[in-house]
Amino acid sequence: MKMLVEMRGIEKRFPGVHALKDVRFDLREGEVHALMGENGAGKSTLMKILSGNYRRDGGEILFDGEPVDPDSPRAATDLGIGIIHQELSLMNDLTAAQNVFIGREPRKSFGRLDEPALNAKTAGIFRSMNLKLDPKAQVDTLTIAKQQMVEIAKALSYKSRVLIMDEPTAALNDAEIAELFVIIRKLRSEGVGIIYISHKMDEIKRIADRVTVMRDGEYVDTVDAATTPLSRIISMMVGREVSEKPLDVPDTANNEIALEVRNLSRGREIRDVSFTVRKGEIVGFAGLMGAGRTEVARAVFGADPRDDGEILVHGKSVSIHSPSDAVRAGIGYLSEDRKRFGLATGMDVRANIALASLDRFTSKAGVLDERGMRETAQKYIGQLGIRTPSDRQEVRLLSGGNQQKVVVAKWLLRDCDILFFDEPTRGIDVGAKSEIYKLLEELAAQGRAIVVISSELPEVMRLSHRIAVMCEGRLTGILPGGAETTQEQIMELATQREAAMAPVGEVA
Amino acid sequence: MTQTMDAAQTGGKKRLIGGGAQQRLLAFASLIVLLIGFSIASPNFMQTSNMIAILQATSVNGVLAVAATLVIITGGIDLSVGTMMTFTAVMTGVVLTYLGMPLPVGVVTAIATGAFCGLCSGTFVAKMKIPPFIATLGMMLILKGLSLVISGTRPIYFNDTPGFDLISRGSLIGEIIPAVPIPNGVLILFIVAIVASYILSNTVLGRYTFALGSNEEAVRLSGVNTDRWKMAVYALAGGIVGIGGLLIASRLNSAQPALGLGYELEAIAAVVIGGTSLSGGRGTILGTLIGALIMAVLTNGLRVLTVAQEWQTVVTGVIIILAVYADMLRRKKV
Repeated sequence: MKMLVEMRGIEKRFPGVHALKDVRFDLREGEVHALMGENGAGKSTLMKILSGNYRRDGGEILFDGEPVDPDSPRAATDLGIGIIHQELSLMNDLTAAQNVFIGREPRKSFGRLDEPALNAKTAGIFRSMNLKLDPKAQVDTLTIAKQQMVEIAKALSYKSRVLIMDEPTAALNDAEIAELFVIIRKLRSEGVGIIYISHKMDEIKRIADRVTVMRDGEYVDTVDAATTPLSRIISMMVGREVSEKPLDVPDTANNEIALEVRNLSRGREIRDVSFTVRKGEIVGFAGLMGAGRTEVARAVFGADPRDDGEILVHGKSVSIHSPSDAVRAGIGYLSEDRKRFGLATGMDVRANIALASLDRFTSKAGVLDERGMRETAQKYIGQLGIRTPSDRQEVRLLSGGNQQKVVVAKWLLRDCDILFFDEPTRGIDVGAKSEIYKLLEELAAQGRAIVVISSELPEVMRLSHRIAVMCEGRLTGILPGGAETTQEQIMELATQREAAMAPVGEVA
Repeated sequence: MTQTMDAAQTGGKKRLIGGGAQQRLLAFASLIVLLIGFSIASPNFMQTSNMIAILQATSVNGVLAVAATLVIITGGIDLSVGTMMTFTAVMTGVVLTYLGMPLPVGVVTAIATGAFCGLCSGTFVAKMKIPPFIATLGMMLILKGLSLVISGTRPIYFNDTPGFDLISRGSLIGEIIPAVPIPNGVLILFIVAIVASYILSNTVLGRYTFALGSNEEAVRLSGVNTDRWKMAVYALAGGIVGIGGLLIASRLNSAQPALGLGYELEAIAAVVIGGTSLSGGRGTILGTLIGALIMAVLTNGLRVLTVAQEWQTVVTGVIIILAVYADMLRRKKV
């Protein structure tokens, strides 16, 4: 088959990050080529270079064998490279047809629009996709799946020969995914080359012809999708280091129980969940999206109400009805969305660290003790290794990893010794991840009780002394951490639907 | 094919009527209720002369509100329409009274001055990335100051330009049909509204006006020169404000340099009552017209009922909050 795209020796640097190192990638006509790797592996960056959103710092791109330089989104679409972004970029107030032809509306004289032609052309594209959709439907009335189809139609209207799809199924249900795959297969049979970015392993087997794996901004390998076992692809993604270095699980069986949750329930989201966390222990919560892990954390923290359940801190029952109750009991919750719930990003490091403990720095007259706050902030900056020019630096200017450390400092200052980390490394680049891991281990070693919620299995396995697995609001089992537990065992529990359910093992 | 064509045309019309239709229905219903209420309360209210007074009072605010609607649909805001109106009136005075040019030159001056001022605001917003609120706040003050400087803080009268006062106060319709002496100012408002409405629903400029307010980044990634189009919208809005300047100058037969502040808020109020979303992406000229009429009817009706003017302002404020709250409720339901 003919080669459509060849990328060789691609280099890209951002301030402080070497995002792509000598990366190569190629795409043939009429194939679905999956691009895989963990978050931060560089997949999206590579594709943004191909689609003209980023300029490369080095390397070459061949299209149809000719060297090309897509220096703007427009240049890329003119070449025939279309991209469907992870976050849909449609104009919700316009109709489907108006979205498809935005920027290229059929016109009459004096800049008047030719609306009938616009709708007819769009209807034609929809027909070629076997898509039943009214071109005049306003986009915000469509389902996410249909909106995705509109994006694909838009990309096709440019006569795209290359279609980049960045996690197209992230927001789709099973039936909608099947619909999408029908269209992808149709496009493939017509000779369109499709680059498919996804984290979902089963999809790769269903739709991809070849798989290229990236890790830490580097090219790992390209393999045949049909004949390569998933486990091999996973190990290529995760890399050897993680599997080689077995986790050193400390013996915490005799430590005092810091947090005990009994029979926590709320509607269908949390169903009779009980667990304990000992001092010095890291308990990882694994499960698929929507399994109820975040809901449990928020319920324990008092951010959401609960129907039933008892919470004991250091053996004493506490009444938690609001986050302030939880904080008083020594429980801290670090949200997965740091920017929305964790930080005042426009304020400096000093203010953010002190934010939850301001009463400590307030004189009787209500005046803030800036000197005390500065000293405290500097203490934590040193202790946690927060990389910032000074404690006056605005938090938004820090990297994701350092922002995360600022949140940690805030809770430590508040004397929280039970800490819930919800997706602690989301949006943090690979290098900084290991620093966050180290920090969590240190916090545990100092006797704090840590709960980590993570959707990335390697992360859960890398960190957890014990692994609690949830499915559909139920705790389906608790596995020991370390080498004896495999990803398969976790996945089995994570997909254990109601019928097969029987409480596994002792839940303590 | 015929079917597609028909369907498509209905679609085009839908655009004109749809999008916030409920809000506008609500606004229209409120207008009717106000009209009925006031006419029951006072027999003087429904008289033709009073109705025409209401329409006349709507004309300037209506034209400014149409201009503000365009900018607001892009997701921006224009605080400068009031003082810009005054500035265009003053420039018209300079051309007609100081320089003694003929009337058509004055008309062109007003519109061109407005379009240029709008282009400046648009440049600040699009090219210099200054938030619209700040850019047009600055413009508002600049134009207020310039009006006073150029006129020497004195009104410029148009006594030397015969027929200037007829722009607003004459009645072409009245000459043809004496029973309905609708003033030219009102006629001009309706023409402006129809043209603006046509531009919004049937031209590329209109399409990008909505698209910018809906998702600017997506428009940019589609290869559209968003800066240029945004500047064009502000310039068009400025040109329309220039027409407003002509109307007010003609009505007062003078350019009053101290006038203008506060008009921008009345215009924005009319836009909001008419169901245009301040976050951009949706809105209609028809809604804005209804909004402007509601405000004029309120002011007039309360005056006919001899309610103190201070209270009229309070009522207008309450109406704005209720209108936006109704919109919020509606959107929550969706």
